[in-house]
Amino acid sequence: MLDHLARLDEHVSSPRNAGVLPQANAVGSFGTLRWGDAVKLMLRVDPQTDRIEQARFQAFGCSSAIAASSAVTELIAGKTLDEAGGFGAADIADYLGGLPPERMYCAVMGYEALQKAIGSYRGIAELGEADAAPSCKCLGVSQMMIERTIRFNRLTSVEEVTHYTKAAGSCSSCFKQVEGLLARVNADMVEDGLIESREAYRLGSTPQRAVDLKPHGAPQPATNIFAAKAAPAHLRAAPKSPPPRPAPAPVAAGVGVDAPSQATLIAQALDELRPHLQRDGGDCELVSFEDGIVYVRLSGNCVGCQLSSVTLSGVQARLVDKIGRPLRVVPVS
Amino acid sequence: MTESRVAQPPTNIVYLDANATTRTDPRVVDAMLPFFSGYFGNPSSKHALGGHAARAVKHAREQLQALVGAAHPHELIFTSGGTESANTAILSALEAAPRRREIITTAVEHPAVLSLCAWLEKHKGIRVHVVPVDRNGHLDIVAYREALSDRVALVSMMWANNETGVINPVADLAELAKEVGALFHTDAVQAVGKCPIELQSTAIDMLSLSGHKLHGPKGIGALYVRSGAAFKPQIKGGQHERGRRAGTENVPGIVGLGMAAELAAEAMADEDIRVRGLRDRLEREILARVDHCVAVGARAERLPNTSNIAFSYIDSEAVVTLLDRAGIAASMGSACSTGSFEPSHVLMAMKVAEDTVRGGVRFSLSRDNSDDDIDRALAVIPGVVAKLRAISPFDADDGPLLGRAHA
Repeated sequence: MLDHLARLDEHVSSPRNAGVLPQANAVGSFGTLRWGDAVKLMLRVDPQTDRIEQARFQAFGCSSAIAASSAVTELIAGKTLDEAGGFGAADIADYLGGLPPERMYCAVMGYEALQKAIGSYRGIAELGEADAAPSCKCLGVSQMMIERTIRFNRLTSVEEVTHYTKAAGSCSSCFKQVEGLLARVNADMVEDGLIESREAYRLGSTPQRAVDLKPHGAPQPATNIFAAKAAPAHLRAAPKSPPPRPAPAPVAAGVGVDAPSQATLIAQALDELRPHLQRDGGDCELVSFEDGIVYVRLSGNCVGCQLSSVTLSGVQARLVDKIGRPLRVVPVS
Repeated sequence: MTESRVAQPPTNIVYLDANATTRTDPRVVDAMLPFFSGYFGNPSSKHALGGHAARAVKHAREQLQALVGAAHPHELIFTSGGTESANTAILSALEAAPRRREIITTAVEHPAVLSLCAWLEKHKGIRVHVVPVDRNGHLDIVAYREALSDRVALVSMMWANNETGVINPVADLAELAKEVGALFHTDAVQAVGKCPIELQSTAIDMLSLSGHKLHGPKGIGALYVRSGAAFKPQIKGGQHERGRRAGTENVPGIVGLGMAAELAAEAMADEDIRVRGLRDRLEREILARVDHCVAVGARAERLPNTSNIAFSYIDSEAVVTLLDRAGIAASMGSACSTGSFEPSHVLMAMKVAEDTVRGGVRFSLSRDNSDDDIDRALAVIPGVVAKLRAISPFDADDGPLLGRAHA
C-alpha cells in the first residue's frame, strides 16, 4: 500500500488545505470512526458568484483518505458550485495520479462530502438514509449509498463495489445482498444505456469467501453510520423529505418500556451525548421507547440541520452499544 | 566455499517490525550458501552429495530440537513456514479423529488459524468454538472449559500474540485439553526464539514455528508433533520427513533454520533483558510524550520485544505511512491482514475503545535494534501523531461517534 504514485505521495506527506475553515458557509461530512474513515469538507462560497473562494478539510483515515481529501480541496478551488458538483470519484483519483483499487472508497468519500457541502449551502434536504437498514451491517454501509456509487461509477463487479464502498469487505455476511443489489442496478443501467448488457453483473459469478469467526459476546455490528445526501440530480429525482412522524403519547416511567433497566440505560446514554449536541446549539430529548424504537425529539440547531441524520445514527450507535441489542432511533415532531 | 555477498540493510531505516519478519542473520546466510551450488545434493540420494545434505538436515533438526526442548529430533517436521505448519496441525487432527467434529481456538489467533477454521466451519460443518479474551488479552478460561468436551478434536491456541505479544499459558491449557482427549496445537511462531520452550515437559502435542521470525530465512518452518500423537500427512507423495510431509527438502532453508535456532538459543537470555529494556523505554516515552494513547496488553505477560500502542482519533495506516516517510518501519498490526476494512481483530477482541481501535501501531523489536534506534523513533513518533491529529475531525472533546457533525 505504500508504493503510491508521486502526486498521491506528495498529498500524503504534505496535505493541502488541512485544518478548520472558521468562516466556512458550506460544510459536508461523510463517514465516521466506525466506518474507519471520515472527512469534513469546509467551503467558503462567494454568495454573489457561487464560486468557491476557499476549501479546507479535516480527515480521519488512511493515507489515501487524507490525500483524496486534500485533492478535493485543490480540485474545486476557484470553481463554481455547479462546476465542483460535477466532479466524481474518478476525477479525484485521477487528480492524484490514481488510487490503489482497494482505496477507491477514499475518492468516493471525498465526492460524498463535497455533494453534502454543496447541498448544505443550497439548503437541499437530505434523504432519510440513516433510518434505512444498512446493507453491510458490520460497516454500516447503506443500500442507497451502494446503489448510487454503483451507478455513478458504473461498477460491474462485487470486488469493485467493495473497493468503492467497503460493503462486503468485512465479514462478507452481506455478500448475497450486495451481489443482488449490483445485479439489479446493473440491469437498470443496461436499460438506461449506461453499460452494455454483456458488462452487467450476473448473479453467482463471484465466489463468496468464508465468513469470519466471531467469539461469543462479540460487539454488535455497526448500525448505519452514513449521513444522508442528496443524490446527483441526473441519477434520480430528489425525493421529498419524509414528514415527521407523529409523536407517540408521552409515557410514564416504565410504561411501554420492555425493561426498566433498558430505559434507564437509554436515558443515561442520551444524557451523556446531549452536551455534545448542546455545544453546537442543538439538543436531543428522549420521548419514549417502544418495541425497540427510541423516539427522540431534536431541537435547536439539530432541527433542519443537514447532518441531523449523522447525529441520529451516532445516537443510535451509542445506544446499541449501551443496550447491547439492535435499536432504531426515530425523530418525532 | 563461496564468500558471503549479503546486502546490508539500509542504515538510515529504524526497523521496528520484527514480528512481521526479521533480518536474516549473516551467520545464517553463511551457513546456507554452500547448500545452493556447492553441496547441492538431494538428501534422499545415496551418493556423497546427497549424504552431505542429509547430514546437514539431520544437524539442523537437532539444533531445532534443542531450541524447543523436544524429546526427539524426529518430532520436528520441516515445512514451508508457520501457515503450512498450523494448517497441517488442524487438518491432521480432524482427519485423525473423524468422530470429533469440533475445534477450539481463540479470537486473537493469526489468520493462518482463523481463516482455516472459518473455512472448515462453512464448508465442512466443523463446529468452531472461538474463546474470547478480556481487555488485557487474557483468555477467558471459563469459556475455554465450557467448550471442552469429548467432541473436540483439537485445541489450537497461540503461544504469544503477534500483534500485542500477550503470552498464553499454553502448558496449562494443554493439560485441560488432555482431560477430554483432544489434541493440543500451539502457534508459537512469535514465541520461538524469544521465550524458553521445553516441549517435552508439557502436554502440547503440536507446535508451529517459522524461520524468518527468528533471524532465519523465509519459506522455511517446522511443525513439532509429539511422538505417539495421532498425525495424518497433508502433503502426500514420497517418504520425506518419515512420510509425514512429502517433497524434496529445502536444504538451504533447513540449514538456515537450524543455525537461526542455535543462535537464538545462545542469545535468548541476554537479548530478553536488552530488548525488553529497549521496548520498555520506547513504550514508556511514547506514553509520556503523547496524549490519548494506550499500550495494548501491557498489563499481561508479554513477549519482550512487542509493544502495541493505540493512538486515539487517528488511523494506524496513516501513522505507519508517515513514520515510513521518516525512516521508521512499524506495522499496523498483523501484516497479513493489511487491506481489511475492519480494525485489528485482536484489538477488537480486547475491546479497545472505538475511538482508539483503528489507531493501533505495532512496534516490534529484535536483536538488531539499539538505543539509537529508540532515540530516533522517539524523535519522530510524537510529531507524526500530532500532525495527524491536527488534521483529524475527531478529538477528545467529541462524542465517540458524533464527531463535529454540526459544525
